[in-house]
Amino acid sequence: MTQTIEHGTSGQGNGVAGMHDDGPRLSGSALTLSYDKRVVAENLDVAIPDRSFTVIIGPNACGKSTLLRALARTLRPAAGTVLLDGRDITSLPARKVARTLGLLPQTSVAPDGITVAELVGRGRYPHQRLLRQWSADDERVVRESMEATGVADLAGRLVDELSGGQRQRVWIAMALAQETPLLLLDEPTTYLDIAHQIEVLDLCARLHEERGRTLVAVLHDLNHAARYATHLIAMRDGRVVAAGTPGEVMTADLVEEVFRLPCRVIDDPETGTPLVVPAARRRTESATR
Amino acid sequence: MSAARPVPVRRIAGGLPLRFRAVAVGAGCLLLALVFGVLAVGGGDYPMSPSDVVRTVVGGGSPAEDFIVHELRLPRVVTALLVGAALALAGAVFQSLVRNPLGSPDLLGFTQGSAAGALLVVVTGGGSAALAGGAVLGGVVTGAVIYALAWRGGLHGHRLVLVGIGATAILTGVNGYLLTRGRLMEAARAMLWLTGSLDGRGWEDVLPLLVAMSMLAPVVLLGCARPLAITEMGDDLARGLGVRVQGLRLVLLTAAVLLTSLAAAAAGPVSFVALTAPHLTRRMTGAPGPNLLAATCTGAALLTGADLAAQRLFAGHQLPVGVVTGVLGGGYLVWLLAAQRKAGRI
Repeated sequence: MTQTIEHGTSGQGNGVAGMHDDGPRLSGSALTLSYDKRVVAENLDVAIPDRSFTVIIGPNACGKSTLLRALARTLRPAAGTVLLDGRDITSLPARKVARTLGLLPQTSVAPDGITVAELVGRGRYPHQRLLRQWSADDERVVRESMEATGVADLAGRLVDELSGGQRQRVWIAMALAQETPLLLLDEPTTYLDIAHQIEVLDLCARLHEERGRTLVAVLHDLNHAARYATHLIAMRDGRVVAAGTPGEVMTADLVEEVFRLPCRVIDDPETGTPLVVPAARRRTESATR
Repeated sequence: MSAARPVPVRRIAGGLPLRFRAVAVGAGCLLLALVFGVLAVGGGDYPMSPSDVVRTVVGGGSPAEDFIVHELRLPRVVTALLVGAALALAGAVFQSLVRNPLGSPDLLGFTQGSAAGALLVVVTGGGSAALAGGAVLGGVVTGAVIYALAWRGGLHGHRLVLVGIGATAILTGVNGYLLTRGRLMEAARAMLWLTGSLDGRGWEDVLPLLVAMSMLAPVVLLGCARPLAITEMGDDLARGLGVRVQGLRLVLLTAAVLLTSLAAAAAGPVSFVALTAPHLTRRMTGAPGPNLLAATCTGAALLTGADLAAQRLFAGHQLPVGVVTGVLGGGYLVWLLAAQRKAGRI
């Protein structure tokens, strides 16, 4: 109860309409996230630095996807506020949010018989109106999005016929066509082989570098997270354990604390970023714990 | 694997929002429905040529022709058109909402709810206006109950299907009980209604459905078709694109339940149109998404065609239109399953 009163004053009380103070564009304060009665996270504070490639890591069921859904307004927090540009995201018109913040969820279904170009075109939905359905602008953005993700050659193909990696790039193209400065991706590399994972992550890094986009992704692979992220958020049991640059966050102690995994952290020979090497299985009982 | 195959460019690239094939299918079906309608009006004990029918409809017929067309035959054809359109639209909406091609109002309990309402009226000895009212009320109440039972912090397709199947089973039992309670004459009348029939429909039977269609069809076709197509890709994705998913579901479900029950009130629970029309449309257009407008036209063509067949198939003996749609629809479903099996998809 006290929480809601608290951020009621801090979140909306100050500030001129349309302006936000020097805080980041997207943040959450005192969030309680739950599915029905099952509480996933309580009193969670999180800030997404502007123009960062933020990666959220953590063990299964730590609440990282839930947090991403709350930030994208697809899950309404039981308590607390998600702020977008200084305003409570639930108070903003859905269409306005959809032009600022894009989400690529894990479970998306491509309709039967849809072509690549059509699927990407659906990303233009928040920019369209009943009486102004398809403009030259839409056409151009869809083409650019397909080119940026390397699926322009597949434009006329059916999405069902594509390989997993191609399909994931098409979904990302759809999210790009939404033309949002903030883009949230829930495990974009799941179910892809290693080459396609790198391909998708390279694409994400490029999208982040272009146009000063802010990217937030949930990733499982710690080494990918450390290599590509500019900002890392480590979660466990619905809490943010650490947040900062990969160099600050990805230490052997932290990985052990967050994942209960003994490991060594060395320099990635390619990039110099932290590289997590899980400890080998020891024979003695004491060493495994 | 698939990358090695030659690129099958089946469709024009460019993401055109309007599928010309979908428009062509819709227009074609509408035309077909009108042709069926003209043929149906022209047939009977006093045959009229199609040109006579058209001339009379636009107001140039003799008094006798005028009476036959406007009072006797046209209401039936208009009922067929509207019932077919309403059922197909509701079916397409349901199938899209629950993301299941079998999610039609016949299988989700809504039609049985209408039937229960109508049977209750028949058993208590009500007239035909009360019967229509009972059908609407039964459908709406069933819809509300199913919605309330399936609601858990939002409406989810699979829960709606499960609750709907349960409701269908219960209501089928209730309907069977009501039939046994009725006296013989009433039970016979009830059975005819349950099959779905357009026989002897007058303007007063059409009017409620006409009003409902002219108000609900624009809301659904213009206001909801695009967000519905987006929602088919997943709730989270749709919300991310700015669709208010739960509000959309509520509006669409309400509209679909109203259309289904009003169609049942006008013609009885005509089977299989709501299920097959959207299917057929998808096969004909080859387009993704709910294809609401084309499905609506297909439904109108299906039911006018079925009613024409019901009147002409056996000389001197009319069938209830529900028998024709049942046989045609069931046959189509079996053929579809067999074809899919052959193609190795199930």
